[in-house]
Amino acid sequence: MISKAKSDPALMVRIEQLNKWFGNAHVLKNISLNVEAGEKVVICGPSGSGKSTLIRCINQLEQHQQGTVEVLGEELNGSVKGLERIRRQVGMCFQHFNLFPHLTVLKNCTLAQTSNLGVPQDQAIERALSLLDKVKMRDHANKFPSQLSGGQQQRIAIARALCMQPKVMLFDEPTSALDPEMIAEVLEVMTSLAHEGMTMICVTHEMGFARKVADRIVFMDQGEIVEEAPPERFFSAPESPRTQRFLSQIINHGVHAQ
Amino acid sequence: MTAMNQALTLPLAPPRLPWTRRALTWTRSQLFPSAGHSLLTLGVIALLCWCVPAALNWLVFDATFVGEHARDCNPAGACWLPITQRWNLFVYGFYPQAEQWRVTLSFVLAGSAFGLLFFKRLDRRLLLAYLALLPIVMWWLLKGGAGLPEVSSTRFAGMLVTVFLGTAGMIFALPLGILLALGRRSKLPVVRLLCVLYIELVRSVPVISLLFMASLMIQLFLPPGSAFDILLRVQLVLILFTAAYMAETLRGGLQNLPRGQYEAAQALGFGYWKTMGQIILPQVLKQSIAPLLTQFIGLFKETTLVMIVGVLDIVGIAMSTAVTPEWVEYGHEIYVFLAIYFFVICFALSRYARHLEQRMEQSRS
Ligand SMILES: Nc1ncnc2c1ncn2[C@@H]1O[C@H](COP(=O)(O)OP(=O)(O)OP(=O)(O)O)[C@@H](O)[C@H]1O
Ligand SMILES: [Mg+2]
Repeated sequence: MISKAKSDPALMVRIEQLNKWFGNAHVLKNISLNVEAGEKVVICGPSGSGKSTLIRCINQLEQHQQGTVEVLGEELNGSVKGLERIRRQVGMCFQHFNLFPHLTVLKNCTLAQTSNLGVPQDQAIERALSLLDKVKMRDHANKFPSQLSGGQQQRIAIARALCMQPKVMLFDEPTSALDPEMIAEVLEVMTSLAHEGMTMICVTHEMGFARKVADRIVFMDQGEIVEEAPPERFFSAPESPRTQRFLSQIINHGVHAQ
Repeated sequence: MTAMNQALTLPLAPPRLPWTRRALTWTRSQLFPSAGHSLLTLGVIALLCWCVPAALNWLVFDATFVGEHARDCNPAGACWLPITQRWNLFVYGFYPQAEQWRVTLSFVLAGSAFGLLFFKRLDRRLLLAYLALLPIVMWWLLKGGAGLPEVSSTRFAGMLVTVFLGTAGMIFALPLGILLALGRRSKLPVVRLLCVLYIELVRSVPVISLLFMASLMIQLFLPPGSAFDILLRVQLVLILFTAAYMAETLRGGLQNLPRGQYEAAQALGFGYWKTMGQIILPQVLKQSIAPLLTQFIGLFKETTLVMIVGVLDIVGIAMSTAVTPEWVEYGHEIYVFLAIYFFVICFALSRYARHLEQRMEQSRS
């Protein structure tokens, strides 16, 4: 039965019976999740439920102890060379942007291309500028990250990841460190990326974005996937009481919902 | 409307006062802001008035610069004759006269490395290659062989020793320190253990005893008959010693860098060495300029300890000058000269570090 899923060429990410512990804390319990090419999956859940850990297992920023994580048809285990090759095809955006402060915006976007993909310098610059254009940051190409606002930095981080021409994009709460007025500009970039057909796995509490963009919403609690449903059903008829409680909390507190 | 637009677009300059007024305000606010401060300011001024003219008189105006013998000296001022008369010895040590151009050339090479560091536009790889080759070329020039007549290193003394030990020490200590710092944070337990052991051992032993070990004990381990040049041995000790301290400085920097930087680099597919070389170390080195400089200066001053194992550096020459019968009375001048010599070099290093820091600040704002 495993080999059946493995042979499915449209599968970008395949997670089977994933278990992870931090010391004795069991933070991911029997997680199984498949993401097809072009699919947009939003992961939500209360704080500490293991969303970040799960998404970070997909590019092995965290190592799992049990189960299978397969990305682009290759299983991720200890082998380093294969891992780096996979990581170059999996873009990631972080909550705190993590731009390289000692490099200009442009260099942030070209360094990994020239150094890890062997793209010639002029081509790398061209690609970087066109992507910076797309996130409306081309005019800031020669600035340093510290001179820019959070929203601008996050858009650059997205452009930086896209410069590697990834097949999958991972987002770990890309807007939760931002002031409300900057959230919209980042979500706009992410939405247009989704419309272009990028495969996206996105941890976020932006329910408006999830409703509009997601093909599927995954709700996690205490290290488990509690519910998995398309947005209409997820919001209108959540099955599990835990999901219902989470949704009512988020909607009552209002900030993130629409 | 237009007037308002103009007012909006023109940058509002702070009001300029005439310079006399500005000088007055500055004096009042900086020198005499309160009774206590004023007292301190006056005290310092009095102190300066009392000792600066006296010092200048002794050092320069009443001093003797030309002459041959101790009796040419003006007893009211400093007598620089022991230095001018033995200048050749101070600079070249016992290096054969006919070959001294080689020493001069190696000084010039070392000096131009310092000059090159100020050029912003220079290709970094070129600079690194120059720095990496510099100690080797200097050693070849000084020692001879491969086309040049050989000079025994027992003839090396004076500034030549200080400059060689200082330059080569700095060039090798930093990369070694970086490797040790990385090793100490390595995921491989054997590498980590070795680095910790090395760093802790070296840091818990005084450099003098390491030098003694280098001069006496290494001979025990080497096959008989093979001589490992004493100068290279003490050089090795200085490098190994400084590197251990630098490793600790850099380790602090590595620890303080946010984890997100490592993660972003990994997520973009950078391997270990590329992550370190292109993302992590540039940031850590930049933050560590000031403490690294302290260690560079320390290394430079520690070169004087080699005297203890019989290598005559500039301090050795100075001391031997101070005990020659002719100049025995002029110890003060000789040590003042040494102080000036070390001050000039260390101050230059410190200015360079300052310049580097400012350059990096500028490139960010
Ligand atoms: N490096 C770590 N070492 C030990 N425990 C960790 C580590 N990272 C996360 N944890 C623990 O694992 C659990 C899941 O953490 P995770 O960061 O995945 O949660 P999350 O759902 O992303 O929460 P949040 O919404 O707050 O980001 C938490 O209980 C957390 O304390
Ligand atoms: Mg998280």
